Amino acid sequence: MSDKVFERINTSLVLLITIIILYPLIFVLSASISDPAAITLGKMWLWPVDITFEGYKRVFANRLIWTGYKNTIIYTTLGTLLHLFILLPGAYALSRKELLGKKFVLWFVLFTMLFNGGIIPTFIVVRELNMVNTMWAIIIPGVIGAWAILVAKSFFEQNIPDQLVEAAKIDGASDIYLFFRIVLPLSLPIIAVMALFHAVAVWNQYLNALIYLRDDALYPLQLVLRNILIVSQLAATSTIGISQSFNEQLKAAELVKYAVIIVSALPLLVVYPFLQRFFIQGVLIGSVKE
Amino acid sequence: MAKEVDTIDRSSKKYILKQNIKRNWQIYLFLLPMITYFFIFHYVPMYGVQIAFKNYLPNKGFMGSDFVGLKHFETFFNSYYFWRLLKNTILLNVYGLLLFPLPVVFALMLHEVRHAGLKKWMQTITYAPHFISVVVVVGMLVAFLNPQTGIVNVALKMVGMEPIYFMAEPGWFRHLYVWSGQWESLGWNTIIFLAALAGINPELYEAAEVDGASRLQRILHINIPGILPTVVILFILNIGMFMQIGFEKVLLMQNNLNKETSDVIQTFVYNVGLLEGRFSYATAIGLFESAINIVLLVTVNQIARKIGENSLW
Repeated sequence: MSDKVFERINTSLVLLITIIILYPLIFVLSASISDPAAITLGKMWLWPVDITFEGYKRVFANRLIWTGYKNTIIYTTLGTLLHLFILLPGAYALSRKELLGKKFVLWFVLFTMLFNGGIIPTFIVVRELNMVNTMWAIIIPGVIGAWAILVAKSFFEQNIPDQLVEAAKIDGASDIYLFFRIVLPLSLPIIAVMALFHAVAVWNQYLNALIYLRDDALYPLQLVLRNILIVSQLAATSTIGISQSFNEQLKAAELVKYAVIIVSALPLLVVYPFLQRFFIQGVLIGSVKE
Repeated sequence: MAKEVDTIDRSSKKYILKQNIKRNWQIYLFLLPMITYFFIFHYVPMYGVQIAFKNYLPNKGFMGSDFVGLKHFETFFNSYYFWRLLKNTILLNVYGLLLFPLPVVFALMLHEVRHAGLKKWMQTITYAPHFISVVVVVGMLVAFLNPQTGIVNVALKMVGMEPIYFMAEPGWFRHLYVWSGQWESLGWNTIIFLAALAGINPELYEAAEVDGASRLQRILHINIPGILPTVVILFILNIGMFMQIGFEKVLLMQNNLNKETSDVIQTFVYNVGLLEGRFSYATAIGLFESAINIVLLVTVNQIARKIGENSLW
């Protein structure tokens, strides 16, 4: 096979895979502004048919979705700030050679990758701390992991020269001054990467909320979505004997579900391409073997 | 005399540490939030794992609850669900591991795309599903596969086939779980392999060109050996996460009709522990799973060490 033929076949195959991956997203986007009847009849399969914005109107009128959005923004912001507050000083300290017992602290952190108590003992601890059904149960457990610490530590080791730290210390700078005035300004890329990774993780997670929250005023967006997209849908379709009013209800759900997917997933999908290189950087720094 | 030397020695060690902390106390202060967090949210729960051998009562605490030995483990091993859970957990994970080569192959293919602009677009698009939450992914599955209104069943009906209620069929669960996972992560998982490919010494290609090697030969003899170490490491890591990946997604996809295949150890722990409140029993099951994980990780790492130089430790 000549190289040119190979090139053509290969590029076409990659293109095909790309299109297959893209298709569900396009479909959801089109379905969100199409008449549900057109989808059920098989008339809509790529571009919108019988355009209607009823779905979006209903989504925006839904109080739970709005509180969910608000809660998610609060949890993501506070969670990311706390993440950085724990991560940056901790990882910086671990990168300093003055620190005695560095190996011990590192093992203390890394061991949690190998073994953890599991969900029940963790649940008991969170409950004993009286955090159940408060926003702290969403923000604090899981706020940081060993992986993030390894990544930030190796960044500091490679990018903060020892001579710089020593010179500043000879000039009488304290470690705290040094950290805020010299180390952090030199570390903006890693701060951005770690903040982004954690923010995406918090934005997209539902499990902590499912385990720890009772009050729906505290629900983050993902838990509201779970109820709209999965729980009610599965309950609806498994009911036998479809009545007229039930049909109406189904139609309403049909209208909403694609719009709600777009409303929840679009912010990240739109922002991500601009931040793509940061995310890739994060994956690559994280994969460097210690 | 000897005693005296000993005390001096010890005190001098202590002295060094004391001096060090005095001089660098701010560095130690920096560690404080991190250590506190890991202590409370990782080590206290680890300490709490002992309730797997006890009858946990909240008012008695981790330590004070009555010791029952291996009772909960015996209950689990003798339970009707044990073999089903073990089989489901293993099959689901083996299925996932079997598809491990897909992102490697896709990375090799992407690497061969010479049109830089097109390549960038294809990367951006295939990475995108990684940013979609698991709730939305399962929500999309439910919507597409809806027996009345989902596009898949609409298409089946149009070609004259009976609609299938995919989400409720035990026979479909594993395929849906694993392939929707590929949709989410196929592109994203190429990142590391693409970086490894980019790091291959260009002189190798020049030499291959001089020798008249075709593109396919170059892939076989340069690219694949070039990324093999990375592939091995990631494979070990994947096996290390055996039995614990994707619990969040399984829980979302699970319903009473597909439990025959979708009930895995972790969802069982969730159901028994948090919904039924049997804390000790659920902790014992979770501990059983962690033990298997650690054994697997260590074994695979040993094997990898024997075969080549690529191991985690």
